[in-house]
Amino acid sequence: MAAITTTPGAHHDDADPNASFLEKKGLMSWLVTLDHKRIGIMYLISVTIAFLLGGIFALLVRAELFTRGQTLFDADTYNKMFSLHGVVMVFLFIIPSIPAGLGNIMLPVQLGTKDVAFPRLNLLSLYIYWFGAVFGLYSMINGGVDTGWTFYTPYASSDPAHGGVGSATSVIPMTLAAFIMGFSSILTGVNFIATVHKMRAPGLTWRRLTLFTWALYATSIIQILATPVLAITLLLLTMERFLGLGIFDPRLGGDPVLYQHFFWFYSHPAVYIMIVPGMGVVSDILATFSRREPVGYMAIAASSLGLALLGFLVWGHHLFVAGMSEWATMVFSALTFLVAIPSGVKVFNWVATLYKGSISLQSPMLWALSFVFLFTIGGLTGLFLGMLAVDVHLHDTYFVVAHFHYVMVGGTVMGFVGGLHYWWPKFTGKMYEEGLARIGWFLVFIGFNVTFIAQFIMGSRGMPRRYYDYLPQYEIFHQVSTIGSWILGLGFLVLLVMFIRSLMNGKPAPRNPWGSAALEWLTPTPPPTFNFVKDPVLTRGQYDYQLATDDELYEGFDDPLFPGLRGGKAPAKKAAAEGDHG
Amino acid sequence: MSSEATAAADAHDDHGHGHHGPKWLAHHFDTPAQQFDAAKLGMWVFLAQELLFFSGLFVAYGVYRSWYPEMFFAASHQLDKIMGGANTVVLLFSSFTAAMAVRSAQLGKQKATGNFILITIVCACFFLVVKYLEYTHKIHAGLLPGRYFHPHAEHLVAGAPALPANAGSFFGIYFMMTGIHGIHVIIGIGVLIWVWIRNNRGEFSKEYFTPVDIVALYWHLVDLVWIYLFPLLYLV
Repeated sequence: MAAITTTPGAHHDDADPNASFLEKKGLMSWLVTLDHKRIGIMYLISVTIAFLLGGIFALLVRAELFTRGQTLFDADTYNKMFSLHGVVMVFLFIIPSIPAGLGNIMLPVQLGTKDVAFPRLNLLSLYIYWFGAVFGLYSMINGGVDTGWTFYTPYASSDPAHGGVGSATSVIPMTLAAFIMGFSSILTGVNFIATVHKMRAPGLTWRRLTLFTWALYATSIIQILATPVLAITLLLLTMERFLGLGIFDPRLGGDPVLYQHFFWFYSHPAVYIMIVPGMGVVSDILATFSRREPVGYMAIAASSLGLALLGFLVWGHHLFVAGMSEWATMVFSALTFLVAIPSGVKVFNWVATLYKGSISLQSPMLWALSFVFLFTIGGLTGLFLGMLAVDVHLHDTYFVVAHFHYVMVGGTVMGFVGGLHYWWPKFTGKMYEEGLARIGWFLVFIGFNVTFIAQFIMGSRGMPRRYYDYLPQYEIFHQVSTIGSWILGLGFLVLLVMFIRSLMNGKPAPRNPWGSAALEWLTPTPPPTFNFVKDPVLTRGQYDYQLATDDELYEGFDDPLFPGLRGGKAPAKKAAAEGDHG
Repeated sequence: MSSEATAAADAHDDHGHGHHGPKWLAHHFDTPAQQFDAAKLGMWVFLAQELLFFSGLFVAYGVYRSWYPEMFFAASHQLDKIMGGANTVVLLFSSFTAAMAVRSAQLGKQKATGNFILITIVCACFFLVVKYLEYTHKIHAGLLPGRYFHPHAEHLVAGAPALPANAGSFFGIYFMMTGIHGIHVIIGIGVLIWVWIRNNRGEFSKEYFTPVDIVALYWHLVDLVWIYLFPLLYLV
């Protein structure tokens, strides 16, 4: 425990280096900060706003589909609503959510270092993200886009203003927004890779990294290798719309299927940019709340890298009905099934971690368990879609919509919100109301399943996605789904209120509220600007509960719902531990 | 996590925050070697990203060339091999001077470093001037891509094969590839000037030459991309 004593290091500037990183006040202290935790918090605020915006679009889409025919607005508006829902959720929310938000805050702390390798680049990535967001907002003010978030050509690239036949909406600002935000994602990836390789604390070997760190590392590799391909694709699309380049538009001698190959060469790996960090969060939460080392630690770590690799080999499964050779579809189908291996490795190891673990069902754990449950459904339904014969029927139906929402909302959002609950006390220094958190979780979990199970059923019965109107036999499913979306929305509203209440008058958080053995819980709450009072040296792994001292585990440890339940220390053991380490 | 930490932390105390090794050592690094390694790794990872960025264009090139080989053959005759060849030689030479700048910086020869960087910048500017002349000629000949593709027979290269109707696709790819490469050259000039100024201020030494090194790495990539662009576009 000496690693985290309060003896201040020698310092010569005015500010106390051991003061909380939140100490400095004023907007400018945030806007020009190089502190990864502050940058991460600004990312969290930004992505939360994006999430609320995208959520409003989703609720509007669901509300419109409540009855057949026109319910709220016309078909053109509906097209814009689902497109904006997709664009905002993918590019503004989900891609930066865990890596740039939670990852930025926790990665250097988990590595026992003062900051990421390139703090200025980190701040630059946030500004690039905002700059891209401005373009996105400009497009929305200009009427938005109706192309879907995929910007498929030639619809998106053929401009009626120049005699084209495509979308007349504000496509160029939106593709530029995604193009610009891609660089933010790339810079975060570059930063994290250099940080994990070069900035680890003494004693923190690769085998002692947290699984969250491993996941962020795997994600960074994907961000670096996939995102530039999206950048060039969107640039070509923009230039085609602007100049009539003739790369993707068949009327100009181009090939729309080439666009789909290019697009999914990024956007399938991007699915793993979204889900792998969530898996990392869940691995950490499961370990902490089962109070044991994750079963198959190296297998979980390696499966993150495995997903990163396989993610690059399966993009063709988005094009099964778009016109590919039979051989290509067979190869892509077979490769797609391989994705089940690392995914299965993770799920089985998580479940095995729970087995005989000392489980406490606090709110972060509820989200992690939801992740395991919902991601399993999302993953298994992916196999249906990877199968050629089945995909012909399910392609472009609500089955696909439900499948990827189970992965991205059931997976990533559960991981993101779970991670937010888990690390919230550490980086805000405040506890939240556990009761309210559980109500929020319950509403989200129920609302989510009601919304999307209905979509699985109507999709398997042939309801096509993105349709404005539908046949009478689908009405009941649409109505159930829409009611589910209201429960879901209410749940997130409860969580928003809960977090704001925590910020305003939450109880001060102890150093280690969950009794975790990992490094980030050994530093004061909230951490000092340079994360640790003294540079830490690791003499054990981050999940080695058997090697952690009682002081490390139990100081300030309390169950918010059952005060006093775990507050006690074991004096005899503590004395022994002090004797050992003297 | 143990008492070992105390000893280690004490050792670190004197580089607490403020008095922290040499002044070019950033606050969050423990040693100069760590800072150098991180910067170098970061640059290599960034270069991997750059390759993937260009890869989309190379794939588009490959697809369209395999579909329309005759059109590519005919259209590439409109490019000026002399100018392209001269630019190739100049860029290769500038890569050499960039490498020599790193070498001089490692040896602590401030003056030589500055001169080599300056030669590199001059080469880069020469490249852009040639590119400007080429582009001007293409614009005169009506060879801009897309809806601006209206070839004027009198400005085309004499004796070249007739341009097929879909030759606009070739020039679309040509302008995208060389244009994006040109933007990289401009950015390269910017960072080279930045390193040149810092070198003039005497910020670099045998111990600290990281910016020279990583800027040179970037410049080699700009050169490398051109090495592929030249034969693919000009020498079909």
